[in-house]
Amino acid sequence: MSAGQGAAADPFVRLEGVSHVYGGAAALKAGTGTLAVDGLDITIGRGEFAAVVGPSGCGKSTLMKLATGLQFPVGGTVSVAGEPVTKPVKIAGMAFQAPNLLPWRTTLDNLMLPLEVVEPHRRRLRWNKAEYVDRAERLLASVGLAGFGDKFPWQLSGGMQMRAALCRALIHEPQLLMLDEPFGALDAFTREELWCVIRDLHQRTGITVVLVTHDLREAVFLADRIFVMSARPGRILVERTVGIARPRDLEITYTAGFQEIVHELRGHIVEARR
Amino acid sequence: MTATPVLIRFAPWIFTVGLFVIWEAVCRLFAIPPFFLPPPSLVFGAMVQFWRPLVDNSLVTLVTTLIGFLLAVGFGLLLGLAIGASRTVYAGVYPLMIGFNAIPKVAVVPILVLWFGIGAVPAVLTAFLISFFPIVVNVATGLATIEPELEDVLKALGASKLDIMRKVGIPRALPYFFGSLKIAITLAFVGSVISESVASNRGIGNLMLQAQALFQVPLVFAGLIALAVEGIVMYAAMAWLEKRTTGWAQRSGFGT
Repeated sequence: MSAGQGAAADPFVRLEGVSHVYGGAAALKAGTGTLAVDGLDITIGRGEFAAVVGPSGCGKSTLMKLATGLQFPVGGTVSVAGEPVTKPVKIAGMAFQAPNLLPWRTTLDNLMLPLEVVEPHRRRLRWNKAEYVDRAERLLASVGLAGFGDKFPWQLSGGMQMRAALCRALIHEPQLLMLDEPFGALDAFTREELWCVIRDLHQRTGITVVLVTHDLREAVFLADRIFVMSARPGRILVERTVGIARPRDLEITYTAGFQEIVHELRGHIVEARR
Repeated sequence: MTATPVLIRFAPWIFTVGLFVIWEAVCRLFAIPPFFLPPPSLVFGAMVQFWRPLVDNSLVTLVTTLIGFLLAVGFGLLLGLAIGASRTVYAGVYPLMIGFNAIPKVAVVPILVLWFGIGAVPAVLTAFLISFFPIVVNVATGLATIEPELEDVLKALGASKLDIMRKVGIPRALPYFFGSLKIAITLAFVGSVISESVASNRGIGNLMLQAQALFQVPLVFAGLIALAVEGIVMYAAMAWLEKRTTGWAQRSGFGT
């Protein structure tokens, strides 16, 4: 995929001068809510892999909610795929730190959950079950979970559950993948394994990815562009293009050039925390 | 501490028999008068002698209890779903529920008698009133504790509130619901027996009251044992139902 030059060419996710308060405009007027983000400008190109890093509580998750239409800003505009966001963005898939698989469903049935909700699959699912099961199984295989479809979530390891949660986010073939600290709860080796899963997925499908993380190595390894957010109320402090050529191998995380970017970002975060 | 599986399996029987043996021994050792505390031998004697009225009245109590319990299940499930699904209903109803639950149900029986007269109806209603609370609370808890992230995942896909309830909320609340049935069924027995002993001509509660009036103390205890047996059987039935329907929530007993 094209690295880094997507933003200007074909904007896909666009937030302009966005400010947000939980509880809405009324809370802002009454002074009861605190500003989660203020004057947030961010543009992510189609097919781009963007990472958002920042000190804890800087409104990274608010950014996720605004971009997927779960919350609407009190100021500024949000648009996805050229359309202003006025309702939940169905072309987005989401995954969080906790896999949140349903324990009463098998892994395969967990993957089917979004299809039972989102149109047009919802209508088609009943009569085209085989087709969808086939799609789910191919997806599972692509993340290294072939043959695990009939296992229950609690029979899978933490890393495998996360892979399944990723598949669930992708089953309806979204154009935008939103990841909110998806690997935070995993051990270092499993995390790196999953970095590669995400890397390959992005490479293969050209999906637009927004990754919210506090792991700077993760951000530099995966992303085309990295946005550093300020402390609350959050806005973008620094935008850093990662020039490292793709495909990237895990080995590059030990090169001087890589370390340099991590170091530089770390400096910005330290600044932001002050 | 090495307990063999066989020992664990027979432990309930060993301990039950042991309790009766100690009871019998204490009665004989301290020469306790049977009208104060009859030994189990006398109690079992009374059970054999009065088996007919015991069985009849046990069945009456069982039916009364089950009707009240089923009402509680239906009503509790509906109210629990409403409370768990809507914050407004939750905020409005919860304080009322707690206040209502704090009222001793024995105090309600006279009112029920006033409305419905002596008999089975007050007993059914007392069983219902006393047992629906745990069902409501558990169902509401199961619904109210859906992970917000999972809700976000579904909402972002355009899921309606009803979708989220159907796909996540209700299945998730089921283990809470079936768990609460075990508590509710034992409470239902308490309710029906209370009402029977105050305001009925039938049922184990009434039988015990009459036996007491006639100073047939062994029969009073026989009634207690009959109640205990019914309670255990119904509890076991609910536990079985729980395991059957929501085995996924109890991983240890699931074939891995």
